[in-house]
Amino acid sequence: MLSRRLFLKSSAIIGCSAAAHPLLSSIAFASAPGENRLVVIILRGAMDGIDVFQPYGDPELRKLRQKISLGPDQGAHDLDGFFALHPSLSSLMPLWKAGELGFAPAVSTPYRDKRSHFDGQDMLEAGTGTDLDVFQQRDGWLNRLLHNMPGAESETAYSVGTEQMRILAGDAPAKSWTPKINLKLGPQARMLLQHVYHDDPLFREGGLEGMEIASQSMDRIKEKKGPTRDARELARFSASRLNGDTRIATFSLSGWDTHARQSVTIDGALMSLADAILTMREDLGKNWSKTTILAMTEFGRTARENGSGGTDHGTGGAMLVAGGAVRGGQALGKWPGLGESDLYAGRDLMPVTDIRAYAAWALHDLFGTERGALESSVFPGLDMGENPRILA
Amino acid sequence: MATYPELAAIRLGYGLSAQTPPPAGQDEVLASVKRAVADADGVTMAAVRKGQSRLINLAKKRKNGDKSAPEAIKKQRQSLSLLVLRDTQRRFARAVDDPAGFGERLVQFWADHFTVGGGDVVRRVMVGSHVNEAIRPHIGGRFADLMFAAETHPCMLVYLNQNNSVGPNSQLAKKKKGKNKPGLNENLAREMIELHSLGVGAEYTQKDVRQLAKLLTGLTYSPGHGDNFRAAYAEPGKITVLGQSYRGDGPPKIDDIRAVIEDLSRHPATAQHLSRKLVTHFISDDPPQSLVDRLAGIYADSDGDLSAVNAALADSPELAGHFREKVKQPFEFIVASLRGLGVTGEEIMGLKPKQVRQWLEFPLTGMGQKWGRPAGPDGWPEAADDWITPQGLAARIEWAMNVPQKFRKNLPDPRQFMQTALGETASEPLQWAVPKAETTRDGIAIVLASVDFNRR
Repeated sequence: MLSRRLFLKSSAIIGCSAAAHPLLSSIAFASAPGENRLVVIILRGAMDGIDVFQPYGDPELRKLRQKISLGPDQGAHDLDGFFALHPSLSSLMPLWKAGELGFAPAVSTPYRDKRSHFDGQDMLEAGTGTDLDVFQQRDGWLNRLLHNMPGAESETAYSVGTEQMRILAGDAPAKSWTPKINLKLGPQARMLLQHVYHDDPLFREGGLEGMEIASQSMDRIKEKKGPTRDARELARFSASRLNGDTRIATFSLSGWDTHARQSVTIDGALMSLADAILTMREDLGKNWSKTTILAMTEFGRTARENGSGGTDHGTGGAMLVAGGAVRGGQALGKWPGLGESDLYAGRDLMPVTDIRAYAAWALHDLFGTERGALESSVFPGLDMGENPRILA
Repeated sequence: MATYPELAAIRLGYGLSAQTPPPAGQDEVLASVKRAVADADGVTMAAVRKGQSRLINLAKKRKNGDKSAPEAIKKQRQSLSLLVLRDTQRRFARAVDDPAGFGERLVQFWADHFTVGGGDVVRRVMVGSHVNEAIRPHIGGRFADLMFAAETHPCMLVYLNQNNSVGPNSQLAKKKKGKNKPGLNENLAREMIELHSLGVGAEYTQKDVRQLAKLLTGLTYSPGHGDNFRAAYAEPGKITVLGQSYRGDGPPKIDDIRAVIEDLSRHPATAQHLSRKLVTHFISDDPPQSLVDRLAGIYADSDGDLSAVNAALADSPELAGHFREKVKQPFEFIVASLRGLGVTGEEIMGLKPKQVRQWLEFPLTGMGQKWGRPAGPDGWPEAADDWITPQGLAARIEWAMNVPQKFRKNLPDPRQFMQTALGETASEPLQWAVPKAETTRDGIAIVLASVDFNRR
């Protein structure tokens, strides 16, 4: 812990100059790292895993929930005789059948008890344990992965959207872009700006690249209107980069904080998630077979529904995995049960696996990252345990 | 060569204005510090407590199955969101209107030095109160008073978890047993030393942080309590921080905390740390050590009087020597653009919520400065390359192309606008480019998106 603290201190001092450090930037000349692609979607607001993957085979479910999570009788799609998929995700059923969709029903970060969205998300994105105050965890685990990825360059990883993605923050160079930028420039205006920027390398390079990406994404992003448009835009831009030199993309979807009338209020978030996945599948084409999507949330929600037909902040939750590269069509890991004594603190789903272990094994299998680096640097202090074999 | 009025407006303020002439001299620059006082109709903690208490009551009702509660919670949150939005408008309006702007820049600087961030809507309203009630009254006074106000404000207490910190031997801790026994949280203590006073490179140890954390116990916030110090939460007995002892045998008092802040503010490392930050922010990402030392000396000799430091900064020859070594942060960029266009604070206050979001708030996010949401307690970055990224610059160009015409149906002649916004400081390439723009709109955008305008 002391050495980590010292590391933070010294990185705070070098801070801004780190990106320009010759040792760090020299990796930009190495070759691009492999063909496998990873998309991490952060589901902000705490997705109710029990409602998304409904454990209707557990007899306790009906005692805890009467208005929501009603199983196949009320339109949910049976998955394996025990779990059923929420009706609003029906468009993903073909993926389940093709073995391109799976989930881990009871996972969590090491975060416990305070149940604050912001601290929970910070810990999820930092990928660290409880040995360090949450707010000191400034860099994210995808950024630390880049440090352990031979051949990584700034184009390798992209954070997409206006939401800050702490998961990719840190001193390893990475790109960010929001498809919301709507920059139409005529050729004359573009030429004049390039002239104005010419003598200032920072503006010259930033301007050139910014105008370039803007014009490319303008061609691609003519998204149909509708409630899931933002999600489709994020997914389409991500796919466009992943079809190029990018191998890691991350963005977030919100709308999961369903404290009341969850049977209605969760719909929009679920449809956005489904459309994001389907958009990527469509746009990635043959690259879909090399793609793994991990959709993670900061924590789960209470096992019991509350007085307003919603759920409150909990602990264990679900992680969704999708993509042509995954070993789908099944639930990953154990189911802890919903009996009174099975629950965490008598109220929340008990997490059976650290969500970071799944992420770590995914990185191991996708990018060949060594276990030693994963357990010490990317997810410091993590015990990865057995390989759950997310990938096919 | 830029004149002093131009340098003062561009480097110490929010840029040249179509409405008011730049400050003629140092006196006019410093007068703006006196104007940057708290808003009469700004956000107050009293308003926060009221709104927060209502939300807590409604949440209880919702838990008990009250059908009307979810709708009432939504309404209450919306009304708090509007408070936040009004507060944002006010920050823009005051920065746009003030003739010299140095005071408003200092508000931004010190609010960032004592960063607090949101979370939920309640926290975001509290951030407004922190700026209004803790920062604004002290930017021209003693640093110790500013620091005391900033550290003990409820927003800081919540942001850095001080409200979860209880003395291990306090009256409260003695009453509880086992898992529920409360304990220390070091967050505020650590940042008070590491970020707010001595700086991370200074000579202090983990033990000093731990001891300061003990001394800070008692500081806490809950919406129903008017007093943010509760002796029952405080660690009793003598506590030593950086070789100085505080809190003897008597009952714990908030004065102990005032005393340690006085001592932290007088530490030589604090003078260096604050001076370096000021020079980095106002002069150069690579701050000239001679100016840092000069300001630190003035700070030490005046017992931490910020008015003396402000005066020395406003008078420094380095303003001319390091011109355009800094990049305007996104908030500065938008304010400076509006000043150049002659938009008034009154117009900004008259915007509809949707307009504030689309023309001011969302663009800030695209440029990398999500308003009220810095990534951590060390605030916004200072380095030019943190802001001028492909996305950050594209978002500035986009704003320059699209938003000016929302405010002004008849945009000014671009050549004249270049003169208004940059005075005699426009570079050759810009003077060459602007007259060649195909449309007025493009011409204005090229001025606003230029290196000349985005650097200061």
